[in-house]
This record gives sequence, structure tokens and C-alpha cells, in this order.
Amino acid sequence: MHGKALPYLLLMPATLFLCVFFLYPFALVAFEAFTRDGGFTLDNFRTMTGNWRFPVAFWNTILLATIVVPIQLVMALLMATVVSRLEAGRGAALYIFAIPLGISDLAAGLIWLAIFDQSGFLNTLLSNLGLVDRPVMFLGYQSKLTIFVAVVLAEIWRATAIMMVILVAGMGLIPREYHEAAEVFGASPWKRFVKITLPLLRPSLQTAIILRVILAFEVFAVVAALGGTNLPVLMGETYNWQFSLQDRNVAAAFALLILAISVGLTLFFMRVLRVPKEARI
Amino acid sequence: MNALKTLAGVALALSIAIGGAQAQVLFWSTQARPVEETQKMRSEVLKTFDGQVDYQVAEDGPWLTRLQAELQAGSGTIGVLGGLHGDFSTVGADLVDLSGVDVGGVTLNEAYKKLGMLGTGEQKYLPWMQATFLMAANKQALQYLPAGVDLNKITYDQLIEWAKNIAEKTGSPKFGFPAGPKGLKHRFFEGFLYPSYTGSMVTKFRSAEAETAWNTFKELWQYTNPNSTNYAFMQEPLLTGEVWVAFDHVARLADAFNQKPDEFVAFPAPAGPAGRGYMPVVAGVAIPKTSPDMDKAKALIAYMLKPETQIATLKATNFFPVVDVKLPDDMPASVKAFGPAITTMTGAPDALPALLPMGLGDLGGKFNQVYVDSFERIVLGGQDVHGVLEEQAAALKALIDQAKAPCWAPDKPSEGACPVD
Amino acid sequence: MSAVAEIPIAAPAARKAGNWLLVATVILLSAWVLLPIYLLIVNALSSPEEVTAFPKRFFPSFDFGSLSFFINFAGVGRALWNSVLVATLTMILSIGFGAPAGYALSRFDFPGKGTFRFLVLMTRAFPLPLLALPLAVMFIRTGLDDTAIGLALVHTTLALPFAVLITFSLFSGIPVELEEAAWTLGCTRLQAFRKVILPLALPGIAASAVFAFTISWNEVFAAAVLTIENRTLTAFLLQSLGESPLYLKFAGGAALVIPALIFIFAVRKYLFAMWGIANR
Repeated sequence: MHGKALPYLLLMPATLFLCVFFLYPFALVAFEAFTRDGGFTLDNFRTMTGNWRFPVAFWNTILLATIVVPIQLVMALLMATVVSRLEAGRGAALYIFAIPLGISDLAAGLIWLAIFDQSGFLNTLLSNLGLVDRPVMFLGYQSKLTIFVAVVLAEIWRATAIMMVILVAGMGLIPREYHEAAEVFGASPWKRFVKITLPLLRPSLQTAIILRVILAFEVFAVVAALGGTNLPVLMGETYNWQFSLQDRNVAAAFALLILAISVGLTLFFMRVLRVPKEARI
Repeated sequence: MNALKTLAGVALALSIAIGGAQAQVLFWSTQARPVEETQKMRSEVLKTFDGQVDYQVAEDGPWLTRLQAELQAGSGTIGVLGGLHGDFSTVGADLVDLSGVDVGGVTLNEAYKKLGMLGTGEQKYLPWMQATFLMAANKQALQYLPAGVDLNKITYDQLIEWAKNIAEKTGSPKFGFPAGPKGLKHRFFEGFLYPSYTGSMVTKFRSAEAETAWNTFKELWQYTNPNSTNYAFMQEPLLTGEVWVAFDHVARLADAFNQKPDEFVAFPAPAGPAGRGYMPVVAGVAIPKTSPDMDKAKALIAYMLKPETQIATLKATNFFPVVDVKLPDDMPASVKAFGPAITTMTGAPDALPALLPMGLGDLGGKFNQVYVDSFERIVLGGQDVHGVLEEQAAALKALIDQAKAPCWAPDKPSEGACPVD
Repeated sequence: MSAVAEIPIAAPAARKAGNWLLVATVILLSAWVLLPIYLLIVNALSSPEEVTAFPKRFFPSFDFGSLSFFINFAGVGRALWNSVLVATLTMILSIGFGAPAGYALSRFDFPGKGTFRFLVLMTRAFPLPLLALPLAVMFIRTGLDDTAIGLALVHTTLALPFAVLITFSLFSGIPVELEEAAWTLGCTRLQAFRKVILPLALPGIAASAVFAFTISWNEVFAAAVLTIENRTLTAFLLQSLGESPLYLKFAGGAALVIPALIFIFAVRKYLFAMWGIANR
């Protein structure tokens, strides 16, 4: 065939593109993280970790990702499975499940604000049902727990579709014969799911989880809409240092931290969800 | 596959076709951002300018990023900049001297003109419009006003008593304060609370009077709607009735008065032991060094300062003129309500104007953060007032020393950097 | 239609219960997705007073005031056109660059694979607004500034990792034996790819193209910095949405969501086409 050059030829366009539009500006920004007033220093990282909001933002981000991603994974699998077993209305269900794909995090934040707001739909519902006599404050600074729950719900609503579509595409590639064979041997639906679908879905699962985890660490717009500054997250702090505080060096340090966490977790998931040799990325 | 190729070809051809130079001045602004105001700026204020204007707004982040990119690249499309005093202090070195601009026969506010020099010998920006902060109350709240209190002479202690009264009688706290991420809370601490209690903004940051101020605010906070940490614009909670009494920037209260003119009253900010501290807000217009058409840009700046443009601007944005001009009678309800309240506040015998921070350059954001952090730690976090002020004062001192900024009103003029006692 | 129905293995009763459960699950999940959007539409179609009222109504009063404000907003038409153009270009670029890379990663083992994978993931894990300044400087100097293609290039950096990873997992899922069989029958690698692999992978590729489109459609920051005269709809509307009164926020939100709904509806055939594969 073409020998050894072919894969490199195929990778060339994407690589060149990323070098010009990502690596070059990234190098400039990363350089800023390690310098201040022209000299090399680690002060920016010290400023970052020394700020009183840093630990809160750090743990909030981690906690959000830890709670949101697993729930999303289960929901995405459920959606994909349900769609694949439907006999009528498949297209409609798939379309409905995919809708949040097209909705920006800004709009999602707005939507859920309208629900959880003090004079919002949830309070209206509760007072119509006679469960509360006056509007409950879900997003006040004292009720950090309800803010957190609201953010989790909004994130699940917004970003499950991405995983769902990846998994649906993957499931479509599993040959139907496997399932039919298993059915002939009397395997229950659950057993078929565990023994056939999940192992064969591995590449798609890996992709879906890695992408979602990376995005989970960039969560910002929804948190800002629902929690304001009551729920600091790393991305919000990055924006704050870059634009309100006008300190590009510390902002760059924050960005590198987000990058480091994402890359670390990505490598971890690649380990855990190792794909068979011939299909390894 | 072929369809995709055709599509790609068409899209590429179109993308190259779009663009091309237009002979209009690009007005790049952080002001009049709410869509309705942007619309009015375009269709009412800038329509009669002789020569086309493209009025584009951006949030502070993109606004500055774009401007810095053009300055770094050495060429650009932005003709005129519109922004707050604080927006310009970051890029002062790259603004054109406007002292030669012929503004016709208008009389500009001298104090604001001096602010526009950003502590240099050049006129870095010219004042464009001004505003301040006021109190607004739902008329339902007036029945709970403690006996003998005159709204026009209200003090912080009376405000607390009133807020307490409302909270106890109606069953929920109804004072509101813009403490959300996009709220202007820092201006309240810098320009209202601190001057009213300490007569200073910087020098007495950690004084005993400052501790009193924070403790007073903590007391007020008990009767404040806890949702305040999500409010950016007090007009919304005022309209929903979540809040009955509120403090905010006039442009952020206007909508409540315009939608329901008969339901709200406006009155001056409260007074403390040291006076009635208040902060004027100034927006200015400037020209970056990279402006493609200097003459046209200067003509646009002169146009913005014409009396009739200033009145149109007031109608569009609720920002008041910075030139001497008599206001006509056909003003929106919000302007009719705010005008007298502002006059009462600025003309009060105990009035104590506090200017926007000066000479901080790009440290303005960090300066604001000192006050915001103090608030979040003391009021929201419940940390010890004295300890927090000690720590934040150290941060404040480091900033002021780094910028070598001399004191500004209400602090007494200083030789060299403004001291933090 | 499906072969499953012809092999009644489970008892009819159990199957019926299973079907009920299935339908209930679908309805529940659909409600979970649709209800919040419905509430947004209710808000967008209510008058300003109704939006700020409490208790709220769960049905719209069909007041088109706020929405028509946006539709009549000067320049909306052009901004919409720019958005579609940029998103389409992003779609083409990200698939054009991404799919070959995804194929190479799934079919070859070669030195440098790990480095490339790392680079792709890094792209997505780094906050874009920080890159906007160096990019904008570069664009102004090269004349790419304020063009649809320039913005599409930046959006492609956001969409490319998705395109690479999704196409990789698709190609990995297609057994290599199919290709090998085609080679033994005398196809070249390229022919085998076009005749065997591409038809199988096309729906998934279409799905990742949809991603690219929506990523570009919803991106605000770079659009606000890199376009001025030719603003996209999001930069045009969302720039000021954060500081607009509530009723306009919701109308603006709806103005952005509705085109996205229509777009996903338009490509649902591709999303649906995935189900044709297994039945072939």
C-alpha cells in the first residue's frame, strides 16, 4: 500500500491547523503564566493558590464534575438504549433527546433561572399545590445546597445530549446478529446489555466520558446564571482574573491548572476504559 | 459528497465576498448595552450625525480584548471608544489627546474634564454622560416608614429601622441590594458606605469608623432579601415585588419607573455620621491611536457633546448630560423621578461627593475587588470584621503603592501614594 | 421491520409490561427535556408584566411584543446570515480536518500517535477567551479579522476535537475485517474506504458535523472579539442580553433556541439514519 507515510498524511491537515490556531497562541499565554514584569517566576501560581476563594472554587468544580458526569452517563445510556428498542416514534424520540445539543449554556442558564427564581415556575407550582405559603428562596447565598442542586440539574439537562448522540452512533454500529444470537440462547435484556452492548460500546463510551469530563471542568455560564458568585468555580475565577482584575498572568495560571486537571483525568480514563489493541487511539 | 463540495465552494466564495470597507465610524462602547438602549442609541441619538456611525456594544472583557488586540497589531477599525472612567484608565497611554477638539460653544463640567486627563497632561477622554446611584422604594413600603423620618434626609440608621419594620410586618426581608456578579456593589462600598462613615475611601480603610460601617451594613443585611447575591439590576426585583426598597445605579432602576410610574418613588442615598457620601459615575468618549479616520472620529466626539445629542442620550440611556443644558418637559417617567432626587442628594448640606478612583491604571479591577472581598468575607462569610479589614488593607496598600496613586476626594490630597492608615 | 418481533421468546405478558415501561420511560425523558424549553417559550410569549408577575402562568398569553422587538432589531437579518455562514464553514472545516485524522488514529499504529491525541485534547481543555487576544492580533495583522472565514477558523479549533474523537470512535467500531475483505477482492485502500467504510460511518459523521455547527452557533466570546461589522447573531444578541430586562432576556434566549431547534430538526434524518445500519 502506501506504507508508513499514509497516517501522517491523514493527520497533516489537522496538525498544521492546530499548530497555527491553538499551539502558537497557547504558547504565548502559557509563557505569561510563568512570567511577571519580564522575569521568570512562580508568583502567579502562588497568587492563585493564596487567594481566599481558590480552595472553594477548586473543590466546587471537582464536586460538580464528580456528581454530574456519572448521572449523565447513566442517563445517556438509558436514552440511547430506549431509543434503540423503540419500534415506533424512534425518530421523534431521538430528535427530542438531541434538542439540548443546540442550546447554548447561556440560554440553559436563563431557562433554569426562570424555574428556580424566587418568583419563578417552581415556586408557582409549589404555591399552587399549597405546599408553601410564600415563595422559597432557592438561590439565596445561605442556601448553597439548593444552588448546587439547581446547577447539577441544569448541567444534566444541558449536556447529556452530547453523550447520548455519541453513544447512539456507537450502538448503531453494533451488528444486530449478536443480539439475535443472545436472544436465541435466552439471555435476558439486562444480560444482553451488560455482556454485549457495553463491551462493544467501549470506544464510544471512552470518547463520551472524556469529552464530557473535559467540558465539566469548563463549567461556567450556568453556574454564573444560577449561583452568581455564591458558587465560585475555576473557570469563573479565570474570567474574573482576566477581565475584572486585569491580571492576565494569574488568569493564565488558572487556565493551565484547568488544563492540567483535564489532561490528567483524560489519561486516567484512557487507562481504565482501555480499548482493544487494534482500535486504540 | 458532491453536494458537500458545492456547499463548501459556495460558502467560501461568500465568506470572501462579505466584508469590505465601509465609510462609517465604528463607535465601540461598553455603555447602553441593554438591547433597547442600543437600539435607541442607533435610531435616535446617532441618526442625525453627518456621516455614518456603527454603534457596537460589547461587555467589558471582549471590549478590552478587542481594543488591546488592535493596539498591539498597530492598526484597527475602531474609530471612537465609549466607556466608563474605569474602562479608560487601563489603556490611557494609547489614547489620543483630545484637548484640540472643537466642541462648539458648550460648557463642559470642569471636574469631569479633569478626571478625563487620567492624571496626565493630556485630555485622554472627554466626559460624555453622567449618572449616580439612588434609592428607590415601592409605595407599599411607605406605610412602614418609622414616624418622623423624611425620605429626603434619611440616614443609615433610619433605613435599617425601616427595613426591619418591613421585614417584621410583612414576614420577609424586602430591602434589596445589587450584590450579584454583575451588580455594582463595589461602588456602594467605595462611594457611599465608606465616605458616609469615615469621610474617606482609602486612608481610613481599616479605621474604627470603618468597622462601625461594616457592622452597620451587617445589621442592614439581616433585613435584606438574601436573593440579593443574584441581583444585577434592581429594577427587576422591584417590579416582581421581591424587593420594596433598593439601592442601585439610576440606569438600572429606570425600567421599574418607566413600566409602573405610579408605584415607585426615588430618594437620595442615606447619610452616615461623616456625611451623605455619594459617587458620581462618568462615562467618556475617547479615540484610540489606531483610529482609521481621526477627523471623522473627532467630529463624532463633538457631536456627542451637542446639547440636543445630550438630551437624546438622556432619553435613551437615563444618563444625564455633562454640559449645561435645559431639560425639556417631555422626559420619560424615570428621568422625572430621578432628576429631583439627584438634585436633593447633591445639594444636601451634608453632601459628600466621592470621586471614582484615579491614577490606578489597570489596577482598577483589583481595587474594586478589595471592597468586594471585604463584603463577601465579612457579610456573607461572617468572618471577623477587624481581621478581614487588616488583611484587605494590606492588599489595598500594595495596590496603591504599586500605582503610586495620590489621594482623590473625599480623601485629603497626598504627596506621593495615598496612605492607608 | 425488525427481526426481533418474529421471535417471541419472552412471554407475551412480560413483553407487554416491558413495552409499557419503555413507553413510560420515553415519555418521562421527553418531558424532562421539553418542559424547560416550553417554559422558556411561555416567558418569551408573555408581556413584560406577566414575566415579572408572581405567581406565574403556565400558559403563554401570545404577546409577541418582546420577540418582535428582536426580529425588528436593526441588523438581525444580517447577523443571522453571518451566523449560518460561520457555522457552515466551521462544519466543513472541522469534518474536513477531523475525519481523516480520526480514520488514521483508528486504523494505524505509528510513532507520534500519543502526541497528536494529547494535542487534540488539550485544545478543548484550555479556556478559549484567554486565546482570543493573541488570535485577534494575529488576525488583524493577516487581514482575517472580521471575516466569516476567520471566525470559522477559531470555531474550528473548538469543534475539531469533537470531530476527531467522534470519527475515531466510529471508525473503531467498524470491523477492520470489512475493509480487509474488500482489499482481498481487489479494492485499493481508498476504494475500500469509499465503498465500504464511508456509507457505514456517514450518519455518525453527519452527527459530528451537527456538533460543529451548534458549537459555532452558540459561541459568544470569540465572535464578539473577532467580528465587528459582521457580527454573528450570538455576538449581536448575547453581548447585551446579560444586562437587558428579564422579558427581553427570555425573548432573546428563545430567538437563539428556536433556530437551533429548527436546525436539529432539519438534520434529524441523519440522526435517524444511524438506525438504518443494523437493519441492512
